[in-house]
Amino acid sequence: MAHVTDIVDTTEVIKGRSLWQDARARFFRNKAAVAALFILILVSLFALFGGFLTPWSNEEIDWNLMGDVRTLGGPSIETGHYFGLDPLGRDLFARVVQGTQISLMIGIVGALISVIVGTLYGATAGFIGGRLDNIMMRIVDILMAIPYMFVLILLLVVFGRSIFMLFVGIGLISWLDMARIARGQTLSIKNKEFVEAAIATGVSTPKIIIRHIVPNLLGVVIVYATLLVPSMIMFESFISFLGLGVQEPLTSWGALINEGAGQMRYGTLWMLGFPLFFFLISLFAFFFFGDGLRDALDPKDR
Amino acid sequence: MLGFVLRRIAMAVPVILILIVFSFVLMRAAPGGPFTKERALPPKVLENINAKYGLDDPFLVQIGTYLKNIIFHFDFGPSFVYQDRTVNQIVADGFPVTLTYGFWAFFFAVLIGGALGIAAALKQNTWIDYLAVGFSIGAQALPNFIMAPILVLVFTLWLSWLPGGGWWGGPGDPNSYSSYLVMPVIALATSYLASIARLTRSSMLEVLNSNFVRTARAKGLPDRTIVLRHTLKPALIPVISYLGPAFVGMITGSVVVDMFLSTGGIGKDFVQAALNRDYSVIMGITILVGMLTILFNLLVDVLYAWIDPRIRY
Repeated sequence: MAHVTDIVDTTEVIKGRSLWQDARARFFRNKAAVAALFILILVSLFALFGGFLTPWSNEEIDWNLMGDVRTLGGPSIETGHYFGLDPLGRDLFARVVQGTQISLMIGIVGALISVIVGTLYGATAGFIGGRLDNIMMRIVDILMAIPYMFVLILLLVVFGRSIFMLFVGIGLISWLDMARIARGQTLSIKNKEFVEAAIATGVSTPKIIIRHIVPNLLGVVIVYATLLVPSMIMFESFISFLGLGVQEPLTSWGALINEGAGQMRYGTLWMLGFPLFFFLISLFAFFFFGDGLRDALDPKDR
Repeated sequence: MLGFVLRRIAMAVPVILILIVFSFVLMRAAPGGPFTKERALPPKVLENINAKYGLDDPFLVQIGTYLKNIIFHFDFGPSFVYQDRTVNQIVADGFPVTLTYGFWAFFFAVLIGGALGIAAALKQNTWIDYLAVGFSIGAQALPNFIMAPILVLVFTLWLSWLPGGGWWGGPGDPNSYSSYLVMPVIALATSYLASIARLTRSSMLEVLNSNFVRTARAKGLPDRTIVLRHTLKPALIPVISYLGPAFVGMITGSVVVDMFLSTGGIGKDFVQAALNRDYSVIMGITILVGMLTILFNLLVDVLYAWIDPRIRY
């Protein structure tokens, strides 16, 4: 008769899987999400290294073709303008590379601001609770009730249009939703044993929030942040579409789309098509990537 | 319920006041006034203009007058750039247009989005469902400023079915009234329609799988009764909370529609005023839009409390 220890010895040791390993496995099983991740990597590579593929910069005007953009300025390998020229005779490839950099940067910075400010704000309000929570959340309510797009345009008009102002404007509003989400999550974990243990051992409140609450919010926060990136990009594109966003010679997807849309009645559709293509595939990719992450990290769906 | 509504109104008032003061301070902090021209005006003239518009009063007096005029007369003052026009006139010209296409866009987004979401949930994992989900994911990446150029390209330049922008000019206009409405409405509604469809589908699915629906099925109630009487109301709750943001989206989207399709709503006035530094017009429109937003959110909250009896305030 086999002894218990024999059985234990002969069976393989089952390796435990961490939460994150689980999530990773689930994520890579989702084909759409993996494809989206792949597209995002390609777009980022394009933004980072696309500039090396063309001799033109985003400011240079091709004087040879400038007078005849409509007939000669189309996309072609011979002239070296892979995406054609913009209405002023500048290389569209270089401009799309540059616009992609700005748009991605705005998306990521906006999401980062919201992650840092929103998470800390929401976690603080939720953990401390009581009157402070009430006041902090009322402030969020008030800020949310303001038509921020109009206020942002107002800010851009008053303080001059610059990328910095755009970041300030985006930073002012992007954290509001995150704060609410973080607060809700905090309320559900603040009565768990590990938090009680931390309180009992005399850990200070700021330390509990940063060391114990925030790490446990990360799953939800990451998911929401990836979904926030495309909405920040859309936001910036909206402002740039109106001509109130980034200033020449810098550009962004919204500004390029606006430029192309203004020219489309002359039949120069490449000016609209290329930026639009990059805008659409990136936004799709962000949506699918975010959805994939949510399915992988959201404990509710298990 | 009445107490709840009153409390919400009481909360909305300070928000509006903050908005007014905030935009007023911003405007005064701005470098360069509306009368800063490339060629400086003679000091005497500038003095007279400032006196006429009350710009030489102390700051607190100015803001007090501004507030008083808005509260008691709903008067946003004169435009600083167009001498013979007041802000009220400018808004009165543009606002009906914005409201018209905004209303229809909102209506279709809610109606079609809701219907699509419900159909997808009821026929889960059939071609209807896949179509609806595919469409709603695709349309999410099509905000108004993307839709507007695409629509002009397809309907005006390629098919020549619709005028490429503008607004109905009266009975003598060769195009019909509705032909001017189609593009603004589609441009504004698409992405919101998609979001509403997604929201409705997921909340409907959640309700359909809940215990009380199973009980209703077990009792042998016909499908139609289950859907109409038992699922629709709880399924629509998350959708209702989305109506506020959707409404704001319609108003902000009007800026794009007015700029790109030259429909002549307040969006155009707003951007124009922003570029001209016509402070009173920018402030007037911002405050008006803010009030509208707050009012609409109030309506949504009341609707919310009415449809969901669990919510007690």
